[in-house]
Amino acid sequence: MEMVKLTIDGIEVEVPKGTTVIEAARQIGINIPSLCYLKGVSHTSSCRVCVVEVGPRLIASCTLPCENGMEVKTNTPKVREARRTVVELLLSNHKRECTSCNRSENCELQTLSKELNVRDIRFEGERINYEIDSSSPSLVRDQEKCVLCGRCINTCKNVQTVGAIDFSRRGFNTRVSTALDRDIAETVCVNCGQCIMACPVGALTEKENIKDVWKALADPEKFVVVQTAPAVRVALGEEFGMPIGTRVTGKMAAALRRLGFDKVFDTDFAADLTIMEEGTELLSRLEKGERLPLMTSCCPGWVKFVEHFYPELIDNLSTCKSPHEMEGAIIKHYLAEKLGVDKKNVVVVSIMPCVAKKFEGQREELSNDNLQDVDYVLTTRELAQMIKEAGIDFVKLPDEEFDNPLGESTGAAVIFGATGGVMEAALRTVYDILSGEDLKDIDYVQVRGTAGIKEAELTLPNGKTVRAAVAHGLSNARELMELVKSGEKHYDFIEVMACPGGCVTGGGQPIVDSRTQACIDVKAERAKAIYDEDKDMPIRKSHKNPYIIRLYEEFLGKPNSHKAHELLHTHYVKRDRF
Amino acid sequence: MNQQNCCCCGGNHVDERLEKVMKVIEEHKTVKGGLIPVLHEIQDTYGYLPEDILKIVSKELDIPMAEIFGVASFYSYFSLEPKGEHIIRVCLGTACYVKGAQGLIDRISKELNVEVGKTTEDGKFTLEATRCLGACGLAPVMVIGEKVYGRITPDDIPNILKEYQEK
Ligand code: SF4
Ligand code: SF4
Ligand code: SF4
Ligand code: FES
Ligand code: FES
Repeated sequence: MEMVKLTIDGIEVEVPKGTTVIEAARQIGINIPSLCYLKGVSHTSSCRVCVVEVGPRLIASCTLPCENGMEVKTNTPKVREARRTVVELLLSNHKRECTSCNRSENCELQTLSKELNVRDIRFEGERINYEIDSSSPSLVRDQEKCVLCGRCINTCKNVQTVGAIDFSRRGFNTRVSTALDRDIAETVCVNCGQCIMACPVGALTEKENIKDVWKALADPEKFVVVQTAPAVRVALGEEFGMPIGTRVTGKMAAALRRLGFDKVFDTDFAADLTIMEEGTELLSRLEKGERLPLMTSCCPGWVKFVEHFYPELIDNLSTCKSPHEMEGAIIKHYLAEKLGVDKKNVVVVSIMPCVAKKFEGQREELSNDNLQDVDYVLTTRELAQMIKEAGIDFVKLPDEEFDNPLGESTGAAVIFGATGGVMEAALRTVYDILSGEDLKDIDYVQVRGTAGIKEAELTLPNGKTVRAAVAHGLSNARELMELVKSGEKHYDFIEVMACPGGCVTGGGQPIVDSRTQACIDVKAERAKAIYDEDKDMPIRKSHKNPYIIRLYEEFLGKPNSHKAHELLHTHYVKRDRF
Repeated sequence: MNQQNCCCCGGNHVDERLEKVMKVIEEHKTVKGGLIPVLHEIQDTYGYLPEDILKIVSKELDIPMAEIFGVASFYSYFSLEPKGEHIIRVCLGTACYVKGAQGLIDRISKELNVEVGKTTEDGKFTLEATRCLGACGLAPVMVIGEKVYGRITPDDIPNILKEYQEK
């Protein structure tokens, strides 16, 4: 690799050619502030917070490639003053309501202002009043807090290839908008929430449902049941200062009980159920050779993406509801009666790493007997907020177990949280069913890891080959779909998660600032915790879950039975691409 | 200048316009930066950028609608709404502003029930605010079509508008 040598603040540093000054400086312990820069995603160099002195000039360091012999100064009066001025200008027309802002203490603008010691703002900027767009069940857009960094736009357009938002107008009137200023709910937005993760400030947030849940908890008539997705347990701890990738499954169960939920269940149970249903669906489609490739349907962002951009492939989506919807349906239409509770009084709350699940929760296709399968979806962040509000000292909590029967799960279920997990879980079951054995070798490492598209060709015990592909991040999914459509590639089974990394880095997870993101591969850290969790589980295959076996015996009959179809399967709608 | 938007000239005419636009779209499919010339063609052909046509552009050039809207709203040359038969432009340059041009705008808005940048429901008038028109000596200045009106007061507005309304 070609190296270049330069000095930064008199310190000599050698880096691979192509490294930017901001990254080189980080390597030697100099943090250059930044705002519009998001490594690998947003390199527009528009905010100029990251200026450094090179010779007589002030240059933005986030896009400045290191050169041999370059002499960079990052801490001169001129540099400090220029940076401060930028931040003051941003603050001069900012809706400064830090005390009540969703992002307070996790806001890059607030941090900059603090680090650069901005005390008074010398400018009084004219402001435009914007209406808050809360049309979407998943996210809220408040343009008055937007600093026009473009990080959300680059994420939506390039990482996700959705392109629901972009800059519009010019000069003072510049803003982030949807096509024709429509409500975001009326656009192609798939609700993945990756723009929220990219936003350095409080301009993009989830639609909060905390109050609804507190209200249900306080209502003596209601039987409030909670379930948690696999990815929540490897991230929730971060909200309480624990390192990225800490597993807090037991503490989380304890916290939920203390918050007052009547039953603390695990969506992982339903992930096992999903595998039973989807595995069976796969085998039957393979048998008949129809509607292949089978595409997973656990990710509502991906599902909406297909509905908008690939409506011709809708029939390829698995008809399985996503796990938390299945769990909701089972709670209301099976468990309620067993517990002697009127199902109309049951409130199902899902804790999800995801904001698209909020949209999904409201889809009318996902109800039975006029009861929504899931009543409220809270993100990992919202759960942390409730725990704080209740004064629970999370870190000191003892480990507790989930309630049963819908809290028991397997290692196959927990890996749903990482990209490749659904595929691997399905393979574990399909192999066993076809071989009639209890196979020991069950780590399908081909489908693990963070490569954008992963492929595997597997020979099943019945001699058939399954061509599988896994994609995460919608730009990768789009690439895959184009390969399928053009006939260039043939697959039998495709897993897609809309968020890069899968649910562990979903749009409802703790927000990691751009500086940390540049140094730590968050998705890999959290995925590692997921696979550790899997390894520690006594049972690691869905069909071995004793409560799943019982559920089929007592209630559902066989996978894909009539009853299962009624409660656990769904259909999709075509949408237009504008 | 602005072409008039006419929607009553029969199907043939519409198809011809579409054909013309489709040809330009086709030519720019693989060209980098092809969007702007395409939008120009549409603006010139239709007098504005009709949403249905933009959808075709989005699909054919594979550019998200939000991005097209971004470009269309960046340049004042493009208009996303059909223009009225008569375009009223009121100068909001410094001289005119000082001499009370805002009053003219407010009065027109009231008389015609139309906001700045918008077109009346009957499609007769579009109201626009402009920068200095270079006729500061006549401030406040208003232009309807090609005709310039200088040193006017809000109370002159109804009579001036009448001329056009009766046409
Ligand atoms: S976005 Fe940041 S700076 Fe703005 S109000 Fe919220 S916390 Fe404060
Ligand atoms: S939620 Fe996803 S699709 Fe919607 S605007 Fe944000 S990044 Fe784009
Ligand atoms: S909404 Fe957030 S990410 Fe998007 S441009 Fe504004 S500040 Fe940046
Ligand atoms: S210009 Fe470098 S961070 Fe914005
Ligand atoms: S300011 Fe109106 S014409 Fe110059």
